[in-house]
Amino acid sequence: MHELSIAENIVEIIHQHVEEERLRDVRAVSVKVGTFSGVVADSLEFSYQAITAATPLEQSFLAMELIPFVVLCEECNEKLINDDGITQCVSCGSYKTKIISGRELQVKDIELEDVKKEFV
Amino acid sequence: MSVLTIERKVLEKNDDIARRNRELFAQHKLFVINLVSSPGSGKTSLLEQTLKYFGKSLRVAIIEGDVQTDFDAQRIAKFNVPVVQIVTNGGCHLEAKLVSDALSSFDLKNVDLLVIENVGNLVCPANYDLGEALKVVLVSTTEGDDKPLKYPGMFHNASILVVNKIDLVPYVNSNPDIIKKNSLQINPKLKVFETSCTTNKGIPEWCEWLRSQTSKRADLK
Repeated sequence: MHELSIAENIVEIIHQHVEEERLRDVRAVSVKVGTFSGVVADSLEFSYQAITAATPLEQSFLAMELIPFVVLCEECNEKLINDDGITQCVSCGSYKTKIISGRELQVKDIELEDVKKEFV
Repeated sequence: MSVLTIERKVLEKNDDIARRNRELFAQHKLFVINLVSSPGSGKTSLLEQTLKYFGKSLRVAIIEGDVQTDFDAQRIAKFNVPVVQIVTNGGCHLEAKLVSDALSSFDLKNVDLLVIENVGNLVCPANYDLGEALKVVLVSTTEGDDKPLKYPGMFHNASILVVNKIDLVPYVNSNPDIIKKNSLQINPKLKVFETSCTTNKGIPEWCEWLRSQTSKRADLK
């Protein structure tokens, strides 16, 4: 449900980085989404399309890079992908672990179509 | 095609406002908690018991977040404490800006503890920093022992777990030890309280912990 508010934040970031006359040229907007960021990628894409429809950004889309939930064990130094979000080390059982990825929600870059020469 | 490198957090704007809220709280030596849970876990009941316990011995202010109605603020107002109701009109979580707007209704220098009761939702509020010192997640025994494993995001972000409705254990298929074990698997740093708002069990321990946190800050006042 909060994906709509997340999509609005992404649109705001695009507006801050792209000049108004170039908004129509925006294509892929790369977003890093951690698997435990609390965001559903499909809902985010749907929300983004819904709020950019009939705006200069209507040709743009989100290119989502899903970042796995990785835990580093400080006891056995293993780096483990835990798809269930458990932070206990699955290798040695230790609770002395650190989450090193999987919580990201970040706009990485914005791809723009080059301005067509014939109109220049 | 040309590519603009951005590398910015999507919720940066919220985080900036949360940082300003946090600075304001620090300035007033105020202890602030963000209380989160599913709908119906007993957040407002826990606050009622907390306010009853403290009476006039601690200056508490409350922000209530709900999708609709000011029912919770009405319940809290009976205790004669400052309370502001935020109605999100469909929004599934509180954001830092809503809290920042609500703060102007309080005389913060005369408050020791501010509780922000978030919208009942175990998913969305996890993403939004409000400027609190810590998140307290409440789970009631009627919800099922597997809640922490089903909603790990909220438990990653919380510092305190309150297992509520402990008096109902004999009547429901629940084991508080399993709730705790499952929660600690998600976040081993969680400090745990067990409470019942009906029998008052665990309320003194919870309240005295809150008091100890506020007096740490009040010493500096």
